[in-house]
Amino acid sequence: MTEQTAERKIRVLVAKPGLDGHDRGAKVIARALRDAGMEVIYTGIRQTPTMIVEAAIQEDVDAILMSILSGAHMALFPKVMDSLRQNGVDDVLVLAGGILPDEDIPAIEALGIRGNFGPGTPMQSIIDFVRANVHTERLTRALSPLGGLSGESSGATPGESAGTSAGAGASGQTAG
Amino acid sequence: MEIVDRVLAGDRRALARVVTLIENGAPEARAILAALHLRGGHAHIVGFTGSPGAGKSTLVTQLVRELRRREQRVGVVAVDPSSPFTGGAILGDRIRMQELAGDPNVFIRSMASRGSLGGLAASTRDVVRALDAASYDTIVIETVGAGQAEVEIVRAAQSVVVVTVPGMGDDIQAIKAGILEIADIFVVNKADRPGADQTAAELRMLMSLDTHRAERQWKPPIIKTIAANGEGVPALADALANHQRFLAESGQLASRRGQQARSEILALLNQALLDRLRAAVAPAEWDQLVEEVIARRTDPYSAAAILARRVGLNVEG
Ligand code: B12
Ligand SMILES: Nc1nc2c(ncn2[C@@H]2O[C@H](COP(=O)(O)OP(=O)(O)O)[C@@H](O)[C@H]2O)c(=O)[nH]1
Ligand SMILES: [Mg+2]
Repeated sequence: MTEQTAERKIRVLVAKPGLDGHDRGAKVIARALRDAGMEVIYTGIRQTPTMIVEAAIQEDVDAILMSILSGAHMALFPKVMDSLRQNGVDDVLVLAGGILPDEDIPAIEALGIRGNFGPGTPMQSIIDFVRANVHTERLTRALSPLGGLSGESSGATPGESAGTSAGAGASGQTAG
Repeated sequence: MEIVDRVLAGDRRALARVVTLIENGAPEARAILAALHLRGGHAHIVGFTGSPGAGKSTLVTQLVRELRRREQRVGVVAVDPSSPFTGGAILGDRIRMQELAGDPNVFIRSMASRGSLGGLAASTRDVVRALDAASYDTIVIETVGAGQAEVEIVRAAQSVVVVTVPGMGDDIQAIKAGILEIADIFVVNKADRPGADQTAAELRMLMSLDTHRAERQWKPPIIKTIAANGEGVPALADALANHQRFLAESGQLASRRGQQARSEILALLNQALLDRLRAAVAPAEWDQLVEEVIARRTDPYSAAAILARRVGLNVEG
């Protein structure tokens, strides 16, 4: 009821899929996004695709940021994206980072995952990318039906959800 | 409204979206809440408060598991502080609760306090209202955990659990300074550490000093738990069920609800008046009155009377 509540806050989920224990990057990002004024749900390490998708749904986040350095991304990312689709979640920005080899980037982007930032990415570019790419209008749109497969598509417009667009930020950046 | 129907039908995404609209104070939230209010009133609303690190989130997770064994559907609202500098927040209570993910009968929502003091966010009660309409049997609220000032939870919950840990002299101090009165149940968590019995004894002693306790007809039980492994959690669930029964049978549930409804209506009226005032008085005009008061050309009482007249209220100047 205070003035502070009557505003649109960007809410993001920072998730560590799989058994990967490298959580420094995820924690640094969580803090940076908080300092940029966002509400960051951090769920810790060892997240299954179900945990990630459920958290994203219940928290109604604008973006999911997956950090993975273990090399298991191609086993985990498709499961996360499938599950999102099955639940009708079509308006959430999904981005990833960590150790993602260049040769995997096209496949990752084909899944609809954007960003794909590697070691050495400046925090500001992550913040800017999130701000520029969350679907800010999603709260004013009718929610697509569960399953998202039937009925009229009230979800993201084709251009937005494709995620295959080249130059989606620092694709394949592997400085350091 | 379609979204209301979807919430009532148990659609988690619709519920999550409604919560966001409530949190943001979106224009459509009011009508949604009005419709949802008529469908609620069945949930047992439980608050958990206590210092950061006492084990609230861990304990809530274990309690949810126990309530699931008792075939309840459970909602959780976990509040963490917003940064006063950036307005951002890291909401970390879910770290402990993620093992519950995937159970369709559990819904967990993290909230940032967004500038509110008192341990909750301004919209927490409305978020609980939405979960209540969505037919969760128990709704657990975890407060920020700042200690002494967390009396807001009394206005949001029916049963308040105060979580302490052994060997924290300061904690007991905080309890003395106000939390004692709000507790319906005490938990001494981390009972795997030395000193749990002593802390329980201190609590018992403090309670015996509380002169209003007799009027309330309820003697808060003191329960030792090890949230880390779930020990004592069935006893906690039993105590909550007892308190819920006590509230209903003693008539205190009705009176708590009456107080809560009254304070909500008052808060809304306050807000409506303030909104009208803000619309009626330009900031410059406001500033000028403040200046006059500082310069002692007028006084705060007269200034308030002048402003009140602008929205048609006659206040003694
Ligand atoms: C520190 C470190 C560790 C620490 C981790 C401590 C911790 N709690 O995080 C310890 C010593 C525990 C460790 C252990 C292991 N490690 Co190690 N580790 C590293 C190291 C040197 C640095 C990682 C780091 O913390 N960087 C600092 C943070 C801030 O950067 P970052 O995570 O990369 O994040 C940045 C970007 O990538 C990006 N980003 C990251 N995530 C995301 C997500 C999104 C959405 C976005 C937008 C951006 C983004 O933004 C961040 C800021 O720029 C890397 C090598 C390297 N240079 O990356 C190896 C490395 C990741 N480790 C590796 C390995 C193999 C292991 C072990 C398996 C070793 C072993 N055999 O025991 C274990 C596994 C542990 C486990 N349980 O998972 C390999 C992984 C190889 C692979 N993927 O093919 C690496 C690449 C080393 C190497 N070259 O072989 N490791
Ligand atoms: N030894 C012990 N540690 C516990 C117990 N319960 C919680 N913890 C730990 O206490 C820390 C804080 O717990 P958390 O639930 O986040 O506390 P909160 O800040 O009150 O929500 C975590 O590291 C928990 O693992 C317990 O019963 N015994
Ligand atoms: Mg907590």
